[in-house]
Amino acid sequence: MITGIKRDHQRFKQIVKGKIKQNLKKYMTQGEIIGRQGKDYVSIPVHQIDLPHFRFGQRQQGGVGSGDGQAGTSLGQDGEQNGQKAGSAEGEHTLDVEVTLQELAEMLAQELELPRIQPKGQGSLSSQKNKYTGIHNVGPNSLRHLKRTYREALKRQIISGHYDPKNPVIVPIKRDFRYRTWKNVQQPQNNALIVYMMDVSGSMGDEQKEIVRTESFWIDTWIRSNYKDIEIRYIIHDATAREVDENTFYHTRESGGTLISSAYKLCLDLINKQYPIDEWNIYIFHFSDGDNWSAEDTKLCVDLLKSDLVPKCNLFCYGQVESRYGSGQFIKDLMEQFQDEDRLVTSKIENKEAIYRSLKEFLGKGK
Amino acid sequence: MRHQLPPELNKAHQEIREIARGYGLNTFDIIFELVDYDEINEVAALGGYPTRYPHWRFGMEYDYLNKTYTYGLQKIYELVINNDPCYAYLQKGNPVVDQKLVMAHVYGHCDFFKNNMWFSQTNRKMLDEMANHATRIREFQDRLGVEVVENFIDQCLSIDNLIDQYSVFQTATNTQKPSLLLNEAETENSGGARRFQSKDYLESFVNPRSYIEEQEQRIKEGQDKLRKFPVKPERDILAFLINFAPLQSWQQEILSIIREEAYYFAPQAATKIMNEGWASYWHSTMMTQHVLKDSEVIDYADHHSGTVSSRPGQLNPYKMGIELFRDIEDRWNKGKFGKEYDECEDASEKAKWDKKLGLGRQKIFEVRRLHNDVTFIDSFLNEEFCEQQKLFTYGFNRRTGQYEIVDRDWKKVKNQLLFSLSNFGQPIILVEDGNFQNRGELLLVHQHEGLDLEYDKATETIKNIFSIWARPVHLMTKYNSQAKLLSFDGKEIHEKDA
Repeated sequence: MITGIKRDHQRFKQIVKGKIKQNLKKYMTQGEIIGRQGKDYVSIPVHQIDLPHFRFGQRQQGGVGSGDGQAGTSLGQDGEQNGQKAGSAEGEHTLDVEVTLQELAEMLAQELELPRIQPKGQGSLSSQKNKYTGIHNVGPNSLRHLKRTYREALKRQIISGHYDPKNPVIVPIKRDFRYRTWKNVQQPQNNALIVYMMDVSGSMGDEQKEIVRTESFWIDTWIRSNYKDIEIRYIIHDATAREVDENTFYHTRESGGTLISSAYKLCLDLINKQYPIDEWNIYIFHFSDGDNWSAEDTKLCVDLLKSDLVPKCNLFCYGQVESRYGSGQFIKDLMEQFQDEDRLVTSKIENKEAIYRSLKEFLGKGK
Repeated sequence: MRHQLPPELNKAHQEIREIARGYGLNTFDIIFELVDYDEINEVAALGGYPTRYPHWRFGMEYDYLNKTYTYGLQKIYELVINNDPCYAYLQKGNPVVDQKLVMAHVYGHCDFFKNNMWFSQTNRKMLDEMANHATRIREFQDRLGVEVVENFIDQCLSIDNLIDQYSVFQTATNTQKPSLLLNEAETENSGGARRFQSKDYLESFVNPRSYIEEQEQRIKEGQDKLRKFPVKPERDILAFLINFAPLQSWQQEILSIIREEAYYFAPQAATKIMNEGWASYWHSTMMTQHVLKDSEVIDYADHHSGTVSSRPGQLNPYKMGIELFRDIEDRWNKGKFGKEYDECEDASEKAKWDKKLGLGRQKIFEVRRLHNDVTFIDSFLNEEFCEQQKLFTYGFNRRTGQYEIVDRDWKKVKNQLLFSLSNFGQPIILVEDGNFQNRGELLLVHQHEGLDLEYDKATETIKNIFSIWARPVHLMTKYNSQAKLLSFDGKEIHEKDA
């Protein structure tokens, strides 16, 4: 039985989750919850929900204390004081609410009205798995099915007239025993690869990187909730590209020019060597300020995308982060070239507020 | 939750009970429940009662208690409820000396509950009553849905401080207050101005025009007053709403439940300092004079000092209470009171003053019967005590963004303390008019005494009252010394200077 307080606690948690949902947009653009991420959950700071009362403003209200010191002696910052003022209400506290990534993804999906991802080639990508769903009359003792065995024994005893309702002792014999058994089930394989590529040339500033970081957190959360295993690879580029770890990805700043094709080449190479496309759902995200070295290189990029990258992946997203230096030409070129391709999505992210919209653009296709 | 106390604690309980009786403490039967840490958090979240009506706020409290306990930030020492028999909780696994201390402390509380005047009207079967409330509200939830009922409870709780906090002899279940009834006596004069009989030609002398007008004016005023509703401004806003808001019967019942519980808890808030002081005085007296074994002295001293310690800038009600009780006892033992003592101007003589009256014990028993925190501080906090306890007033300094000590003058300290205790440090708000602008709107008035209301909370609360009253709600208050009328008409908050 659930005792009163346990039920109240459940209800409270429900309400808190509702609060988070309400404010999800705020959390999504501020990125403050990144870094509060554990293995399976995120801890989100929520202001304690409280019931409003008519009460005095805290600031004006002085009080009485005891201790040493003269007039003017400081008693500490605002907020430390809220404890035991005689007669006043208790201080407010913030709650850290732990939400699993799965729940967070669900909230995200609801908020952005995201469709479920349809993994590609469901038929072709498959793996085998054992499921214990059957019953057999031979098997190891460790798989013995007590209830079924009992039922068989009971049936047999009633039929043979050995059952005495006043003394209902059931003794199973060998042929009564039933065992669980397994069946082979074909399961669609669901592995996903996410490749993040980012332009780290001089024109990409800290603010732009912050946007990328926030955006990628939510992308991860969403894709992770749709696939069983995901792998994430990071590629940075200026005039040349290289693969790096997550930390380096967000903290590198180079000064050189930009050749976007270098990154695309490296990415293609990575996929060809390590991720056969009939086993992996591949997601590629590229963030840049849209400034490419030359029209020639842009053409090379478009060719690469057309011939190899786009056909190989579930989704290719290009996010253009606005910066003071970038010309922003690249997104126009892409849009021109890939008007009809629904596996390639472009989005302009002018500032933090735009993260919300751009996530919807990226993930709204259900790819 | 029925846990038999183990023999050792049972013996300690017997011993403490006899000692308490020997000192003249007069309590209900006290039942100690031994519970583990999780259970004590559960019970504490419900305020000490095993069954309360379902509400998320208890769950929030539980969440908080559990987390802070886990991180070692907080531990519940004692939990006792005002009920007959009186239930108190001991936490499993605490050292025996702690358990004894808590038991002795609880005897102090229970004596206070039973004998303090302000508790005299509280329901001593509240444990059962709370369970009844729970059953009723659960029924409503089953019938109407959890959220509907919960939302209404939220609205009620938002105004559960709007009761007449000091009407102790008003029983919590009675919502029929004289001021809410129309005064029929005043209706008799409705037949127009009284005229003396006279002949026509004497009329203007016997009943001069000015006299008639004056009479008519007075009658009109009487009728206006009569039309005013409520006749006098009413502090028990909950009772007013129960009587006059367009509520369905289940809503009326819930509001009554919230009000009843608010009245039940009011005396505890009104006597926090005294109650804790009294309990601490007695645990200290009993433990040090009788109960403690040699081997327990250090642990006891450690815990006692923890209970009465105060960080700079904070006022610990345990400390304040116990010191003031001890001071009173000392003063009445030595005869440091009355005209002669007050008029003595020689400080050294005053310090040495001792008439060996031995009235201290008797006096503090009297004080615990008659006073609440406000009258307690008002009557007994004096200059010497203030100095001895190093009391000061503090305030918020906008310039530095910090709280700072403001003054050590004992009169100011006392005033500040009394102010923060009056009405439990809460604003005084009355129903002025239930038919405001003759449109059935509700006018509340905040008696402004120097402190502004917190704006956001106030507007949210007004919205909640609107949901109950179902017509526009207005609040007359002041911000930065400017009178303001805050109104909510169901759509938005309006604010205008008044």
